Amino acid sequence: MSLMSKHYILEKNVILLAVAAVLAVAIGGLVEIVPLFYVKGTIEKVGSIRPYTPLELEGRDIYVREGCYLCHSQMIRPLRDEVERYGHYSLAAESMYDHPFQWGSKRIGPDLARIGGKYSDDWHRQHLKDPRSVVPESIMPRFGFLFHTDLDTSDIVAKMKVQRLLGTPYTQADIDDAKKDIVTQDTDNSDGAADLAKRYPGAKSRDYAGLPRHVTEADALIAYLQMLGTEVNFKTYDDKANIR
Amino acid sequence: MQQSVTKKITTGELIGFVLLAAFAVFATFVSAKAWTPAYAFQTSIMAWTAAVCAFLVIRNYYNRPAQLPPREIDGKPNYYMSPVRFLTVASIVWGLIGMTVGLYIALELAYPHLNFVQYVNFGRLRPSHTNSVIFGFGGNILIGTSFYVVQRTSRARLAGYLAPWFVAIGYNLFLVLAISGYPLGITASKEYAEPEWYQKLLLTVVWVTYLVVFVGTLMRRAEPHIYVANWFYLSFILTIAVLHLFNSPTVPISLFSSKSYIVWSGVQDAMFEWWYGHNAVAFFLTVPFLAMMYYFVPKRANRPIYSYRLSIVHFWALIFIYIWAGPHHLIYTALPDWVQTLGMVFSIVLWMPSWGGMINGLMTLSGAWDKLRTDPVLRMMVVALAFYGMATFEGPVMAIKEVNALTHYTDWVIGHVHSGSLGWVAYISFGAIYCMVPWLWNRRELYSLKLVNWHFWISTMGIVLYISSMWVAGIMEGLMWRSYNKLGFLQYSFVDTVQAVHPLYVLRALGGAMFLTGVLIMVYNLWMTITVDELSLTQAGRPGAPALVPAE
Repeated sequence: MSLMSKHYILEKNVILLAVAAVLAVAIGGLVEIVPLFYVKGTIEKVGSIRPYTPLELEGRDIYVREGCYLCHSQMIRPLRDEVERYGHYSLAAESMYDHPFQWGSKRIGPDLARIGGKYSDDWHRQHLKDPRSVVPESIMPRFGFLFHTDLDTSDIVAKMKVQRLLGTPYTQADIDDAKKDIVTQDTDNSDGAADLAKRYPGAKSRDYAGLPRHVTEADALIAYLQMLGTEVNFKTYDDKANIR
Repeated sequence: MQQSVTKKITTGELIGFVLLAAFAVFATFVSAKAWTPAYAFQTSIMAWTAAVCAFLVIRNYYNRPAQLPPREIDGKPNYYMSPVRFLTVASIVWGLIGMTVGLYIALELAYPHLNFVQYVNFGRLRPSHTNSVIFGFGGNILIGTSFYVVQRTSRARLAGYLAPWFVAIGYNLFLVLAISGYPLGITASKEYAEPEWYQKLLLTVVWVTYLVVFVGTLMRRAEPHIYVANWFYLSFILTIAVLHLFNSPTVPISLFSSKSYIVWSGVQDAMFEWWYGHNAVAFFLTVPFLAMMYYFVPKRANRPIYSYRLSIVHFWALIFIYIWAGPHHLIYTALPDWVQTLGMVFSIVLWMPSWGGMINGLMTLSGAWDKLRTDPVLRMMVVALAFYGMATFEGPVMAIKEVNALTHYTDWVIGHVHSGSLGWVAYISFGAIYCMVPWLWNRRELYSLKLVNWHFWISTMGIVLYISSMWVAGIMEGLMWRSYNKLGFLQYSFVDTVQAVHPLYVLRALGGAMFLTGVLIMVYNLWMTITVDELSLTQAGRPGAPALVPAE
């Protein structure tokens, strides 16, 4: 084995050994990751995916902060039982504005990719405050404190600017009106609701947590949960067009 | 003869002091203007640590002799072991914290009322558990043993004077910040890469210093060849740096906020995450622990490594193939199919180089198998190799698409991870700690081998309880989720499975408690080893000293 006997060259030189080790690990990563940025069809063409409204974005950040992803996936696999239990399998396009992604890796609780619209706001309020009052066997922690904590909206403009920098298509108007949009979306029959829905198609405005004149963290979280998985109309979506 | 040399401050001391002092001022400024109390708290920890370290640098300068410690004394290397002692103790402390938190969150899953306030909710504590055991317990002992092994096998003093201490303290500051941040809601949410932007920056600086110290020590080696354990340590340090850099590019929303957003999104973010996540298992929890195995198993068994050729083949095969296996965490997700298939194929191929390491370790005992009867420390390391073999067989099986359809999202994954982390990672570390502590504190041997035996058996039974309960829970969840009744409807609602796994969650917590009990026994044993005066322990007085028996 002449190749084996040549190994001493690497064994005697730290720099050569380091370079060889980095080359060995670079190949796999390059082959698997780089094409994901340019191969057509990695992200399906859907058209109806929009950025999160400021209220939903804040809700999403609370979802991240509380570590919801550690028990709830947001990724429905194309398996018969999952599609029947949770709805149409998840598309890559549905998380295209997710910084970071929240697909999850463990289902201690059920998948939430299509939780939006499945339950009423009232159910979510009750369930967040005391999960076992609506699902006796549940092992979910209580999140009643979200209803007593006012949403901190002072950083929303900074958040949306960074999101825009990273490629989320927020307009200048979206960013300028962010704080107003939060109040609008969390108010029943609000004046700006139509304008908000024009800029964020499908965005629903109502008092999510049932606490008038207060925008709490619970409002933001429920607003986020209620829009999850609702952006694609699967009655008109063509599965075959996006086979990869 | 003591030469009269005028004491001069070294460049390292000067730069270290200036940078630390400047950073302390800067962090105080950020802390004062922080947007949230949690971030103010975290930045003030950084400020205080930097200030104290700046003070220590100066105090050490005034107290030290004029000349820095020599590299050699009478032609023998003058090893630098004080950072190794610190890292060993830190490892055990983080292990205790991480395993206690692990037990608590296991109990939370069985008894949800334990989630009594948001700071201890499962979602906030779980990253504290994973980070303290992986990066706290594992990371500290990896850096510690790497500093020990690289010196001994190179017959050279560790490079740098303050740099190794910067690595040790900086790394532990990173851990304090990250692990105290999750209960306060500071998290980037990428599994095993949860630290936020400023914590990740700190880690980057520490890690680059670590690489420089390690490579610097190898460069001054007195041995012509670089020992095999150091190939594994070097590849671990380099690859973790690459993984960390590509999985962590985030943009903070402000210098005064802990919040940041990752540059990648959606499917690409998922791929980066599991390329990182799987290779954190590979290059953090496997490759450097194999390095530990390559030093401590032959030392303890007093035998040479079984095969030099096998170590070359399995090293290069392992590091080349491991990096491809990440996508098996994303099988049947929205990740393109071709990447999933690559991930699955390479995961199966990976089985062979993994077993190459196990075989090389186990066969090193050829001719010394009788020591398993008398030496519980060696037994622990051999059982670690057996668990390594088992977990690296189970992994490829779970990466097969059809199997993964059943196992993904279930507790089987949790069981698999713990058979690797408790059985392999923790056991090989315990073995290394039991070997190294008497060497580091100049003791002839451990306080008690009998207590090692108790540790071994209690924790082994704990692991068996843990992994078998999770296998049963996982397979049950997978089967219940996909089961249909006669009319063609789904048979069970989701919450039926939650109820069904309850007894298994209780058993798992019991297994975890037994494992923790074993660690407590180890801590007592090590404490006695370090503190009790050797002379007071006569051969007869040493509890459980092995009686010499002829090999049969």
